[in-house]
Amino acid sequence: MIEMRDVGFAYPRGGALFQGITLDLPRGSFQFLTGPSGSGKTTFLRLCIADLLPSSGTLTVFGQNAAALGRDEIAALRRRIGLVQQDTQFLDHLPVAENIALPMIVAGEPVDMAAIRDLLAWVQMTQAAREMPPSLSGGERQRAALARAVILSPDVILADEPTGNLDWDMSLRLLQLLIELNKSGKTVLIATHDLNLIRAAKQQVPVRVLRIAGGRVQAGGTEL
Amino acid sequence: MSAAPKKRPDWRALVRRAPRAPRARTGLDALDFRTLWRSLAGREAGLADRIVPPSGATAKLTVFAAGVMAFLAVFALALALATGRLADRWAEGLAQTVTIRVSAPASEIEAQTAAVQQALATTPGVAESRLLGGEEVEALLEPWFGPDVPVDALPVPRLVEVTTERGFDAEGLRLRLEAEAPGAVLDDHTRWRQPLVSAASRLRWLGWLSLALIGAAGAAMVTLAAQAALAANGPVIRVMRLIGARDLTIAQAFVRRLTRRTALGAAAGTVLGMLAVFALPDMQAAGGFLTGLGFTGWGWLWPLLIPPVGALVGFAATRAAALRMLREVR
Repeated sequence: MIEMRDVGFAYPRGGALFQGITLDLPRGSFQFLTGPSGSGKTTFLRLCIADLLPSSGTLTVFGQNAAALGRDEIAALRRRIGLVQQDTQFLDHLPVAENIALPMIVAGEPVDMAAIRDLLAWVQMTQAAREMPPSLSGGERQRAALARAVILSPDVILADEPTGNLDWDMSLRLLQLLIELNKSGKTVLIATHDLNLIRAAKQQVPVRVLRIAGGRVQAGGTEL
Repeated sequence: MSAAPKKRPDWRALVRRAPRAPRARTGLDALDFRTLWRSLAGREAGLADRIVPPSGATAKLTVFAAGVMAFLAVFALALALATGRLADRWAEGLAQTVTIRVSAPASEIEAQTAAVQQALATTPGVAESRLLGGEEVEALLEPWFGPDVPVDALPVPRLVEVTTERGFDAEGLRLRLEAEAPGAVLDDHTRWRQPLVSAASRLRWLGWLSLALIGAAGAAMVTLAAQAALAANGPVIRVMRLIGARDLTIAQAFVRRLTRRTALGAAAGTVLGMLAVFALPDMQAAGGFLTGLGFTGWGWLWPLLIPPVGALVGFAATRAAALRMLREVR
């Protein structure tokens, strides 16, 4: 689904953040991305959605070279990737249900409110459908973000510290949702520094742990 | 998950379905004249339109500025049309008359005047000729000499006003008068008619230029409003891009909203402008240069073009501004 070949990245006014990364995110896999704060986990995910482009090497998303994509092609690519950010942004002037429906709008699909209601029930937010995003708690925001991320049935789900602001029970609940999605065939990549979360996931699904350290990505102690 | 509900909704069907191929072009991602029409005449596109948060002050200012521009445009249009009519009227009216001035010693003036009238009677293209009477000549001199000018006591030339028609040859008549009435001078008004027509034509041109400048100022105003709206909604644009919105889809929400506001303001300004022109005093009675300023007959339909043209300008300006600014957001 997502392939990196000798990818390096550096911010314009900073040093090299990554170098020589070569890895694949296979279809249906469940992977964690770990590393200390500032190691580049968020940057890695931004590369995966072509929000940033590699400084060197080749990044291929769904078989397309990210560097060669036009703006509309990038938009189409992002409709196949569900993104849950640590502090997911919503349109604060629209109710939660309509925020979740936004991907349908941008895809030119008719808004299926019944499907949205089902999805809200799945993330246990039926009561919050008409609430405005600023009134949501941290856990509710993350679950709403997950619902929005999956509304178009994307191939890949990327989650950046999705449990960063949640208590353990809520973290487990969110993890369970991601595991269920993975079992339905979705590729899941979660950036986190929460090792307990990784252990909890390992008890239910085969996972691969990627670790960013020193500008490189290692898997299970092995440099990729 | 321990807190899972007993009766689980059918979410699996939702998330397991095959990802849908992006649709090539839909009504929501096009930004063409169809969109313009839908912006003006169609109903709200629901959620697609509401991705832009409501913004009270900017909205009111856009409507107000568009209204003012349309109001001024009505007057510029009235000026252009009126000066056009004026130029045509002067050119046409003066081109159909010539004046013959007979200056001769008192002993010869009657004979030469008679010779002139005789020549005119046999000149092709002369529809009518008339010797101005003493009172008419006195009226002509009054601005310079005051009332009760003793015309008879002054060596005032005789004036013959000639109305011409097709086939009139001014040069031929001039040569004939030189032979038959040496004291007669033919004045076909070219010397002073041309500057008047030229001035009126220039005024007409200025009217159209004003109209174009008002349109350009309107476009600039809408562009600024669009840029302000886009700048103020950076987070919205960022969210939309991250969930896969195309530039056109985002731009359309801004374009539709600003186009609608521009059209609304332009319509209000046009109606007020037309009422103001309608309420102008009857210049025909007042006379002078402003005679005929305003619209006549079918000319009242011209200002009705201002709202759609304003909407078109708003549409084009917003579209360009939105697409330009969106390119800065990856």
